[in-house]
Amino acid sequence: MKPVDFELHRPATTDEAIALLAEHAAEAKVLAGGQSLLPLLNFRLARPDHLIDLGRIAGLAQLRRTQDELVVGAMVRQAQAERSPAVAAHAPLLAAAFPNIAHPPIRNRGTVGGSLAHADPAAELPAVARALDAVFVAAGPRGRREITSRDFFRANLMTDLEADELLVEIRFSRAAPHTGADFQEVGRRRGDFALVGAAAQVTVDDGLLSDVRICLTGVAQTPHRAVEAEDLLTGHAPDPALLARAADAIRDTIDPSGDLHATAGYRRDVAGVLMTRAVTGAHRRATETAAEAA
Amino acid sequence: MGSRHEIELVVNGEARRGTAPARTSLADFLRDTLGLTGTHLGCEHGVCGACTVLLDGAPVRSCIVLAVQADGHAVTTIEGVSGPDGRLSPVQEAFCQAHALQCGYCTSGMVLAAQALLDECPHPGRAEIDEALGGNICRCTGYVQIREAVEQAARAIGSAPAEPVAEEAVAHD
Repeated sequence: MKPVDFELHRPATTDEAIALLAEHAAEAKVLAGGQSLLPLLNFRLARPDHLIDLGRIAGLAQLRRTQDELVVGAMVRQAQAERSPAVAAHAPLLAAAFPNIAHPPIRNRGTVGGSLAHADPAAELPAVARALDAVFVAAGPRGRREITSRDFFRANLMTDLEADELLVEIRFSRAAPHTGADFQEVGRRRGDFALVGAAAQVTVDDGLLSDVRICLTGVAQTPHRAVEAEDLLTGHAPDPALLARAADAIRDTIDPSGDLHATAGYRRDVAGVLMTRAVTGAHRRATETAAEAA
Repeated sequence: MGSRHEIELVVNGEARRGTAPARTSLADFLRDTLGLTGTHLGCEHGVCGACTVLLDGAPVRSCIVLAVQADGHAVTTIEGVSGPDGRLSPVQEAFCQAHALQCGYCTSGMVLAAQALLDECPHPGRAEIDEALGGNICRCTGYVQIREAVEQAARAIGSAPAEPVAEEAVAHD
């Protein structure tokens, strides 16, 4: 339960980190918050020769607002974002997801960028990024590039990042007024990775749902955007009959696998149930926001 | 060969230093290099919470933090919770009173997680206690007495007379 020996690098700037990554790409892993990587190292499932720790790069740990966006630096700690009024106001789904991530001590160390770059399909933040069409900014020896959330998640634990690229920030469009969000999941034990999760963010326009965003965890190799359910709900009030149809659409489109924790059939059913709860919760919060503003 | 690192940190209010290979966890550094064996290792992959310490006041799992990552930071371990005269802290006292431990292996992590909760939220409800301690596994107690101990500690701290102002704080005024 101890990692193999490795050489640790602690760059002070993003450029330094990129140079180190270019030099050691094949034998290096990037250390962000370490809450997924260090267990893998302890188990010796990962045996990198070099570890590049981003912890000293102050510029990566900033949260900022622009005219249209909330920009989250890759090294922003989950606990820091969880407590940020800017995140609650401008990316309510991101705020709603944090309490579901593991336990508080993990969120004190875990970073937003680390979880996204790890790309576990059962994790919460990839589903949030996919639901909100977040833009991923990667930096590498060939400069910076933007990656859409659709392209970013390639497969289980695989992203579009090249071996010599670093995720530096994630951009979220600021939520419109009268927007609410909710995140629902089921797991065997508190704090475990969920069997299935549902992220929903909606905007309420004259009592009707607009800009409906739904994404599921744990039902595919990558976060699953439930486009069919989004289309069914858009422009309507979320009444039980319509939500039931949206849940059916989810059951018909997803193809989860079963394992010793839950069968595929259970995951398919519970995905629809969680979506219903999440959309209902998101709608309630959006309505409350609208009432407060009035 | 891996790299070795010079590590300087403040542990329980005291500046400490040591060198360790990069792969050394904060838990192993505290136990093996600094001799603070009150931090217990259970699962060594961030699941059981036994090795919980406070890093800059916030609970973290010291088995999945590298010692070098704590360089320049402040760590509180179970050895730093009681008074200098060995007097138990209100949380420790409540754990004894409520029979919140049996074998004691998880207790240092439990006490630190509870302390961090009460530092931030002096009157926690049950949901907040469960959230704060939900990541700490205990195989003896069944958790009910642990929750009671935290409630009891919150009451004890709430009714205690104000701590005398530390001399150092007065000197800065």
